[in-house]
Amino acid sequence: MLSAVDIRVGFYLALRQIRRASRWTTSLIVFVMLLTFLNLVVVTGLLVGIVAGISNQFRIQETGDVMITALDTKDYIENSPQILSFLQTLPQPRAVTARYSAAGSVEANYFSRVDPNEKPNKTGATIVGINPVAEDNFSNLSGYVGEGEYLSSSDYDAVLLGPQFVDRYSFGEQPGLTPLKNVYPGTKIRLTINGNTREVIVKGILDVPANSPLAARVFMPANELRQIMGRYEYAVNEIAILLPAGTDGAEFRDLLKRSGIGDKAKVQTFEEGIPNGVAEVQNTFAMIGNAIGSIGLAVAAITIFIVIFINAVTRRKFIGILKGIGISGEAIELSYIFQSLLYASIGSALGIGILYGFLVPYVSANPISLPISEAIIVAQVDGTMIRIMLIVLTTVIAGYLPSRMIVRRNTLDSILGRN
Amino acid sequence: MIEVKNLVKSFKDGPIETRVLKGIDFSAKQGEFVAIMGRSGAGKSTLLYQMSLLDEPTSGEIFISGKEAHTMSEREKMLFRLGEFGYVFQDYALLPELTALENVSLPLIMQGLSRSAADEKASEALERVGVGARLGNLPSQLSGGEQQRVSVSRAIAHKPSILFADEPTANLDRESSARVMEIFKELHKSGQTIIMVTHEDEYARLADRIVTLDDGRIISEKRN
Repeated sequence: MLSAVDIRVGFYLALRQIRRASRWTTSLIVFVMLLTFLNLVVVTGLLVGIVAGISNQFRIQETGDVMITALDTKDYIENSPQILSFLQTLPQPRAVTARYSAAGSVEANYFSRVDPNEKPNKTGATIVGINPVAEDNFSNLSGYVGEGEYLSSSDYDAVLLGPQFVDRYSFGEQPGLTPLKNVYPGTKIRLTINGNTREVIVKGILDVPANSPLAARVFMPANELRQIMGRYEYAVNEIAILLPAGTDGAEFRDLLKRSGIGDKAKVQTFEEGIPNGVAEVQNTFAMIGNAIGSIGLAVAAITIFIVIFINAVTRRKFIGILKGIGISGEAIELSYIFQSLLYASIGSALGIGILYGFLVPYVSANPISLPISEAIIVAQVDGTMIRIMLIVLTTVIAGYLPSRMIVRRNTLDSILGRN
Repeated sequence: MIEVKNLVKSFKDGPIETRVLKGIDFSAKQGEFVAIMGRSGAGKSTLLYQMSLLDEPTSGEIFISGKEAHTMSEREKMLFRLGEFGYVFQDYALLPELTALENVSLPLIMQGLSRSAADEKASEALERVGVGARLGNLPSQLSGGEQQRVSVSRAIAHKPSILFADEPTANLDRESSARVMEIFKELHKSGQTIIMVTHEDEYARLADRIVTLDDGRIISEKRN
């Protein structure tokens, strides 16, 4: 039965043992605990962050915080000019872009194809008509131009190509997508929409990861696309709205719905509009992160067990003396538990400092560029706290077990070093 | 004060059983100083460990101040060792990470004293044995004689009913041994019950009574 005196004496012993232990040993144990913490929190956070990076790409490059699209029964958004005018009267939107889009195809190297039986270098594409200035304000599209130049409003017969269409970006051939060969800024390609073909010049090529929504799109000025599509009214296919940080997207969506836009178009938040499966991928990555973290936790538990066990075995004689002079077994066990607790607490506290003081803000500001996304670290405080509790619990058990094994031995055998 | 009846202690090593104590009857009165002597392997330290509840006898009875010690639980024995007994070991048995003061304070804190009260009592005990100037020193910073005096301080700081000493001078030079025995003499004068195992006739003669063991049996008792 544990008493207050046991706790006092346990703490008294633990404090003195730590204070007079080798600084190198203590630092090493704390370092192991720090790595365990980072392994458990950062690895999971990074794996979730890869998917969060993909989601975020969709938000900042395509959907915005709220997106208006055509109803399922329509090809375009009815009353688009009125909706856009209404949005201009609202204080919330930080940026708004309206896009036309059409399914079509792009073809390159048609000049060099002499044999009509030869397969044309042609692929299907989504062609998006934009206001270059508004789109740039919205998605910073000009910032993603890797080769050539960005579009201007006065451009004619000029397009921006997503990297999926260019073979040297080596995303490989995918079903329905045959990358174009020998395409550079200035190269002429053919664009076909609804049977209308136009020869255009590649003005720029985007440099974005394969998973970016910009990767498989061809951009051109809206006016020109409307002409090719034969759409003479100003009915756009999608309107994406970016809101200032901290603004509730759901609230703004409801506001738009209440204004009657909901009757004319589909209004969705970013979360609702994100492609299906991203959430599942996110959960899968979190599970993988937890599995990897669990291995780290087991390694840390074994490390603490070994450290405490060696400490207790080498101090077996002194444990015997403590028992001999009347110090309770519980107090001695507690002294080891307190030591383990301290190692875990210091390791975790350092980990929290590094995580929230440096890693999370730094990686948020400078996402890790991976082939599939711009990864950030997702480390929510409640999840981190649960992991810390897990580390502490594991460590306490790992500290308690070996000390109990030694404390339970015969007192005199311990004092005399008998087996 | 303490009485043992028909005390037997055997050690088993596989099928071989060795009887170290072969039915000991022994008693010591309050305030008595008893020296236990005998050649190596006679069983004197084993007898001391059984009486001081550091070990479990194979059979027999132990009564301390009228209480049946042989039937006590581990926790009760621990409390008894903490409150009623003091121990001086041959190799001092100080805790290396605790200072002289902390070594002496620790059992007092375990008894429920506050840190400051324990330190005060410990300081007094250390002063009493002449190491009051070395309170903040770790055992590794003390000589053998000083360490043994710290060990004596730890054993007497809580004013135990019985002080058990297992060859307290075995690892000390002549001067330090004499100093430690001088302390024992003073403790005895102040009414402390002492049971001491020793090899040395010179120190045994300080006791009221000398009990001699051989082959696990008491072979003689002599009053000084």
